[in-house]
Amino acid sequence: MSEPLLSVQGLEKHFPVTKGLFKRQVGAVRAVDGVSFDVFKGETIGLVGESGCGKTTTGRLITRLIEPTGGKVVFEGNDITHMSQSRIRPLRRDMQLIFQDPYSSLNPRHTVGAIVGAPFRIQGVKTEQGIKKEVQDILALVGLNPEHYNRYPHEFSGGQRQRIGIARTLALKPKLIIADEPVSALDVSIQAQVVNLLEDLQNELDLTYVVIAHDLSVVRHISDRVAVMYLGKIVELADRKSLYDAPMHPYTNALLSAVPIPDVKHRGDRERIRLQGDVPSPLNPPPACRFHTRCWKAQVVCKTEEPPLVELAPGHQVACHFPENADKISAPAAAKVARNVQDAQHPKGTIA
Amino acid sequence: MVTYIIRRLIGALLMLAIVSMVTFSIFFVVPRMAGATSEDFANRYLGKAATAEMAAVAAEKLGFNDPVPVQYGRWIKGVFAGAEYDTGASIEQCPAPCFGYSFVKRQPVWPELVDRIPVTLSLAVGASVIWLIGGVAVGVLSALKRGSFFDRAAMSVALAGVSLPIFFTGIVSLVVFSYGMGITAPGGAYTPFEENPAEWAYNLLLPWITLAFLYAASYARLTRAGMLETMGEDYIRTARAKGLPESTVISRHGLRAALTPIVTIFGLDLGLLLGGAVLTESTFSLKGIGDYAVQAIMTNDLPKIMGVTMVAALFVVVASLIVDLLYAVVDPRVRLG
Amino acid sequence: MSTPTSFLELRDLRIHFPTDDGLVKSVDGLSYKLERGKTLGIVGESGSGKSVTSLGILGLHKGTRAKISGEIWLDGEELVSASAEHVRRLRGKKMAMIFQDPLSAMHPFYTVGQQIIEAYRIHHKVSKKVARKHAIDMLGRVGIPQPERRVDSYPHEFSGGMRQRAMIAMALSCDPELLIADEPTTALDVTVQAQILDLMRDLQRDFNAALIIITHDLGVVAELSDDILVMYGGKCIEYGTAEDIFERPEHPYTWGLLGSMPRLDREPTERLLPIKGNPPSLINVPSGCAFHPRCAFEGRTGGKADTEVPALLESSGGHLVRCHMPPELRRDIWENEIKPSLESS
Repeated sequence: MSEPLLSVQGLEKHFPVTKGLFKRQVGAVRAVDGVSFDVFKGETIGLVGESGCGKTTTGRLITRLIEPTGGKVVFEGNDITHMSQSRIRPLRRDMQLIFQDPYSSLNPRHTVGAIVGAPFRIQGVKTEQGIKKEVQDILALVGLNPEHYNRYPHEFSGGQRQRIGIARTLALKPKLIIADEPVSALDVSIQAQVVNLLEDLQNELDLTYVVIAHDLSVVRHISDRVAVMYLGKIVELADRKSLYDAPMHPYTNALLSAVPIPDVKHRGDRERIRLQGDVPSPLNPPPACRFHTRCWKAQVVCKTEEPPLVELAPGHQVACHFPENADKISAPAAAKVARNVQDAQHPKGTIA
Repeated sequence: MVTYIIRRLIGALLMLAIVSMVTFSIFFVVPRMAGATSEDFANRYLGKAATAEMAAVAAEKLGFNDPVPVQYGRWIKGVFAGAEYDTGASIEQCPAPCFGYSFVKRQPVWPELVDRIPVTLSLAVGASVIWLIGGVAVGVLSALKRGSFFDRAAMSVALAGVSLPIFFTGIVSLVVFSYGMGITAPGGAYTPFEENPAEWAYNLLLPWITLAFLYAASYARLTRAGMLETMGEDYIRTARAKGLPESTVISRHGLRAALTPIVTIFGLDLGLLLGGAVLTESTFSLKGIGDYAVQAIMTNDLPKIMGVTMVAALFVVVASLIVDLLYAVVDPRVRLG
Repeated sequence: MSTPTSFLELRDLRIHFPTDDGLVKSVDGLSYKLERGKTLGIVGESGSGKSVTSLGILGLHKGTRAKISGEIWLDGEELVSASAEHVRRLRGKKMAMIFQDPLSAMHPFYTVGQQIIEAYRIHHKVSKKVARKHAIDMLGRVGIPQPERRVDSYPHEFSGGMRQRAMIAMALSCDPELLIADEPTTALDVTVQAQILDLMRDLQRDFNAALIIITHDLGVVAELSDDILVMYGGKCIEYGTAEDIFERPEHPYTWGLLGSMPRLDREPTERLLPIKGNPPSLINVPSGCAFHPRCAFEGRTGGKADTEVPALLESSGGHLVRCHMPPELRRDIWENEIKPSLESS
């Protein structure tokens, strides 16, 4: 397989929690706790999960908006985890973020031309006329009227503002775009426009996406591969078809089953998995398998032994002692999972 | 909650320590940077008649030649344990709490301050009750009747109240109400509350109203802004959706939240006033702490100035401590800290 | 006008707001009926007037600058002409509301219990002790564990899902006959959303209330609704049973909503089929059919799209559509053009 564009290895971010008179550190919010995945050129990888699962923090760690506690981020073969800000700046251009809120991420006092043109000015290679030409090309590319060059953000609707945000991102000609909830603040009809735009741009400009979202339907539509996160860890990572058609982690099953489906004919006869309670706090998360407190398949071993993220079928990684859809698991992998469980239940080979 | 209180208490003590160091530095370190010698300090204590030798002796005896931290330590010790001042000519006693000893008047500062605290306290507390009730009431009405004649009139008066200085409003109201109509006391008189409450109130009425006018104006504006913001909150809509009468929605749900920042400012304002409402006391010739500070400055009486500064700072720090604690009572989210 | 037989009936409701920029016609001639024990889903994008309508039913626009006309009949009583005080007494007792974001919708300074007790005691002359007992019962009923302890917690001490449960407990505390839920699950995670939707379904059965669910999420509507009303630009553009709207929709806007939404229960399509353009401004609503600038079938309306406002007409048994295209043409377009494109991959 070719070299990945982005490789995330054992990434960790712990936020210290202090308590008492002297602000003693009593624990840490393990927002991201050992996340590893590769992103290959031209693909879209989706990160899904519920609030507090660490998907947004992961996006910020990759772009070095916050500093990781541990692990590595490798971009185009360069370890950027501890790179100084001056050395990382040229790489930043290749790796851009799109934010959720198109309202707050644009400076209200700048015209669209100034916002989208800023990257060209920073690059310092263009004349004013040249900048205007470039900006208008990009505005046309994202489906905005190039004549609106001199307008201000408040004159645009939510969907158009998200397009401005995307245009600004594209001005730097990035290789990798990390989109954090790019459509969740938009109306349904506008969501679809932006999703289509992101797909068109990917084809035209050969972009690579990491899409962070809570909406499982949108993520399935846009992604080639999908990683499901729960409490700071990836519990399942697979290509879209395997993940949505034959999910192996119980949590993924529960998530998919919880999504309301607009199918009134079969309403009521759908098999449902209902999780009890809320996601536990990432401060002092449950030991071993973090999902065991809400899992209907959990056994003693799930409370004592953390299941590693292993490849159970080609390209399908799962962190679970008792995976679902067992018929899809390759034989050697199944044996390995069983052995893991046995070892954990009977340490030091005390099996009779 | 206990942690929160303890942390605030420690914070307040630290703040006092810093304030005392800064005050000490302003009076004893900064002048030296400007070239003042130990003898210059001693001279201030001795008065103009002192000779150079007397000054040198006094400087040594009073410890002005010691290192600054030692001097500071001695001064702090005086606050808790009392002090003795030996000028070479005489030995003066200053019992605890010794906030300084005035050599001009030949008496400790603290008892004099204690005499004056009731005046300032009466003035500040009375005025604050008036401005709090008046300002909040006007602010709430203005917010509820936004854009109405009342709102615009009230806000214009409020603007006037904020911009007019107290020596102007004070003198005008003295001329009109006391000398013109004769319905209020002419100023300069103070009757202790425990002697005759009616006379106490009669004498203070005009200073109260004048001082309250200044503050009520800004409180009205603050309350109005706070109410306008709060009444747009989602939980107000919820309160209405429950079927609460509008008066309950406004008082229990709206005002309760809008008042929180006002409580903070109120505490600090009151603390500052207790340190001496200088202009008000001068205008109405009241013998309070502010008036004491003015006298101290006029006579260049260093121990008095320092003493009054420390007491004023103490009031502000204590007031902000009370505000912090009150805040935790009012807003349960604060207690988490 | 005669007294209607339905539990809730809106007749030509209009709610307009005068602003400096012009008259905002948030709700512009809305009529519908709802019976006890039934659920109506109201779907629309931001600015469609769906939330303004529900606040209007509760009488929360009374005493503001809003201009309200038309009729709202609730259990034989007309509410638009009723006094503000009379409607206030019905609020919370006869009709209650659940809001989108329970963190901002609950007062941060009062415990959850205090807020439920307050709601109960406005309408029932009981002691605090009795009301507190009732609050604990309600919290238990909506699935909050250890209600006798949680009753004294503040909203910020609850998780998002628990807060929404507490909000529901508060709304149901006086046993309302009409419950309006405005985006009740939008702020929640998907697994918690599923729990809340289950809870609402169960509670509606127990309480036999009439339920209105307002949302932009077609999935949520499909899960709960008997009937569905689609709003656009302050007007109803399509109304029918859940089957009508999802199996045989007839309005191009409804088609657009369905095409905009990726679906988990089908093979993924290559592309979504969005609606072009942006939702209309309520000050300058497009002439004729408000949807015509975004409509892909504008050319098939016989030139009336931008001149005449189409009427809301019955297409077949109770299925109402506001469109210039004749019903046969709409059904033909749905069967032969839209439906295949939604299903093909």
